[in-house]
Amino acid sequence: MVFDLTLAEARAGLRRRDFSSRELTSAFNGAIAALNPTLNAFITTTPELALQQADAADVALARGEHGPLTGIPLAIKDLFCTKGIRTTAGSRILDHFVPPYESTVSANLLRDGAVFLGKANLDEFAMGSSNITSAYGPVVSPWTRNGDNRPLVPGGSSGGSAAAVAARLALGATATDTGGSIRQPASFCGIVGIKPTYGRCSRWGIVAFASSLDQAGPVARTVEDCAIMLQSMSGFDAKDSTSADLPVPDFQAACKRGVKGLRIGVPREYRSDDMPPEIETMWQQGLAWLREQGAEIVDVTLPHTKYGLATYYIVAPAEASSNLARYDGVRFSSRTDGADLNELYENTRGAGFGPEVKRRIMIGTYVLSAGYYDAYYLRAQKIRALILKDFTDVFQTVDALVTPTAPSAAFAQGEKMDDPIKMYFNDVFTVPANMSGIPGISVPAGLDAQGLPLGLQVLGRPFDEETVFAVGAAIERAAGFTAVPGMRAGAGA
Amino acid sequence: MSLDPATVRRIARLARIRVEEAQLVPLGHELSGILNWIEQLNEVNIDGVEPLTGAANMALRLRPDVVSDGGDVEGVLANAPDRAGSFYAVPKVVE
Repeated sequence: MVFDLTLAEARAGLRRRDFSSRELTSAFNGAIAALNPTLNAFITTTPELALQQADAADVALARGEHGPLTGIPLAIKDLFCTKGIRTTAGSRILDHFVPPYESTVSANLLRDGAVFLGKANLDEFAMGSSNITSAYGPVVSPWTRNGDNRPLVPGGSSGGSAAAVAARLALGATATDTGGSIRQPASFCGIVGIKPTYGRCSRWGIVAFASSLDQAGPVARTVEDCAIMLQSMSGFDAKDSTSADLPVPDFQAACKRGVKGLRIGVPREYRSDDMPPEIETMWQQGLAWLREQGAEIVDVTLPHTKYGLATYYIVAPAEASSNLARYDGVRFSSRTDGADLNELYENTRGAGFGPEVKRRIMIGTYVLSAGYYDAYYLRAQKIRALILKDFTDVFQTVDALVTPTAPSAAFAQGEKMDDPIKMYFNDVFTVPANMSGIPGISVPAGLDAQGLPLGLQVLGRPFDEETVFAVGAAIERAAGFTAVPGMRAGAGA
Repeated sequence: MSLDPATVRRIARLARIRVEEAQLVPLGHELSGILNWIEQLNEVNIDGVEPLTGAANMALRLRPDVVSDGGDVEGVLANAPDRAGSFYAVPKVVE
């Protein structure tokens, strides 16, 4: 059954000509048609375009001229501009936006032969941790609690990408992470997701949320699959002024390195009394696995951890309020008319943005407004420097850090919805990596008592994704995570 | 701290987002809740700390100030909700 193949296995099967990319792509197209009405993981599907790309891939494979991803069907988060294919960012305001250009990351994947199945759902402008804020309706997680059929959230903002991969509607997907939007949904959906170092993947052509934090990365079912995808997605791009002009290492090789002799730090500030005991147990189990494989575990301190989230909720809204100023009803997509230009702007943005996006734009506008800049934004930037210094200090003595990815397993639609700050706490363990720009991966490590996946996060030094992959792969090998969600392609009726 | 309706109206105006009168009070409560939570940052000692503007403290590259792309009026205007010839069209702003 093709649906149970990993990306690496499917790639080997295509190269051996066990099956064609057309057969593989048709199977995924069919699975999406069957399951997407329930999961809502895709906003736009492009089955015919996918088959054309698959046919081109089959020609290349027949000639033995394959690239790293030739014929591999992927989902693309609907935040990446795709030439000629509607790109909504999960917002009503971009309902009719058809980019005349291709994002660098998706162009890199096409260069390497990938097949695009469609555009994955997300929280509006990637602002959310549950996929509830999408203007195109929430994504439903393919997982359910034992004996309880209530729909669960897939996490966010890359919830469509994570749900699609977990439900085997794609072999991998692109995602983006501004405060945890790759790692938290990967944890909730029982898959792997890596946010590389800021600057590793070009931001060009990705709809901007908070430019100093946004970073693209892959989600896939295994650590190795993420390594294969990130290899293609990464690389210097002159069109992004913050793109890192550094060679891209062999990430797939790094997965096999092992952890013997590595020093793994355990930040004491990530432990709290309200953490569910199951997550604490899984964390200890993960550390024990690494110790058994030859790593040394040491306690470390990141003293400014507790301020990460509040700092984030100044920096990210401030940058968002600036980035989203471009949606003015003049240049892109939807317009709601007004008597004069200001009224046109206000009506367009009042009708086009959802409540969470408006809330964040207004917070950002307030903290940047005259008289408040120093008290909020400048202070936040200084605390951001302290958060980076915490990491710089600990990476003098350890090679990587291991923490839980999220403070809970997936929750049901409707839970945690009454108070925005409660929702923000989903990202408490992931935000510091964005504030400091360091790479982080989430790897599924086990199930909670209700049968839901829990992830462990590995953080590494800037531009040392290789160690992150090595530690992630070691956790993956020891965990032997084989649980699958109830709703998935190939599961029968 | 609690944002009064006049302040919420002013922020909405600055952000160019239409907010209905009836929404000013509840929105003020929501925004105040977030801003009050952020106040915890006042307890951090930031004396002598240089602000970090972006991740990894990277220096921005310079490039030659030359045209590298363009000349695609149709591509640029393709998503405009209203156009007049080669221009974006907006309501009359000058009498």
